[in-house]
Amino acid sequence: MSLKSPLGRVLGLGSSGTGTEHWVGQRLSAIALVPLTLWFLLSLLAFPALDFYAVTAWVAAPLHAVLLVLLVIALVYHSSLGTQVVVEDYVHAPGPRTLMLIILRLVHIALAVAGILAVFLIATRAPL
Amino acid sequence: MSPPVSRPRSPPLSPHLQVYRWQISNTLSILHRLTGVALAFGGLALVGWLLALASGQAAYAAANWVLTSFPGQAFLIGWTFCFFYHFCNGLRHLFWDAGFGFDKAVARKSGLAVVAAASVLTVIFWVVALTGVVE
Repeated sequence: MSLKSPLGRVLGLGSSGTGTEHWVGQRLSAIALVPLTLWFLLSLLAFPALDFYAVTAWVAAPLHAVLLVLLVIALVYHSSLGTQVVVEDYVHAPGPRTLMLIILRLVHIALAVAGILAVFLIATRAPL
Repeated sequence: MSPPVSRPRSPPLSPHLQVYRWQISNTLSILHRLTGVALAFGGLALVGWLLALASGQAAYAAANWVLTSFPGQAFLIGWTFCFFYHFCNGLRHLFWDAGFGFDKAVARKSGLAVVAAASVLTVIFWVVALTGVVE
């Protein structure tokens, strides 16, 4: 038999007290992605052909490079938060769940680094 | 104080998903998650494409060869639909978050509108992409 008071037994069992940041981050990145994704798709459509030099020159324009990096950050962040919730909701076994959450987080960090660095490398290589 | 002996070890659970009638609202909600997961892989492809472009002409040509192959095109068309669906339904969610559109009738209409808009936008996107109307 526990010597804890009834109050002591239930304290801390409810809401984890965190999660608001996650919720807000998901919405903020969603709002950021509205113009960024539309801009990206319309830009792709405007290319007559996606040839190497044309696309390289396009990425290298400073405004485009900045917007692309913002797109990568917002997209990867949104994807990280979203897939995390999917795993939390459907993977119940503690081991696989933790493992998948760790893998997801690391993959998303790697994606963000790769995407940002790729834009930087394209932009610095292009002869202006 | 110990609980009465007759008490079941685990309390009965409230009814779960299977007792509810399948309807448009939950179908669209599930579709939002599914398209989101698909788009996570689309993000992977986007970063892969940028890396190929950064790696040079040969890698970029290889990436475009994959993307313009039959499976590549199928994936791109699928991702485009997923994107437009997730985009439109995401806007619907943002309106809900702001407190609008909760009425049953409105939510149903906006849901159907999202499916229609996503389908139309996907078709328009690919017609423009393949015929080069812009330019």
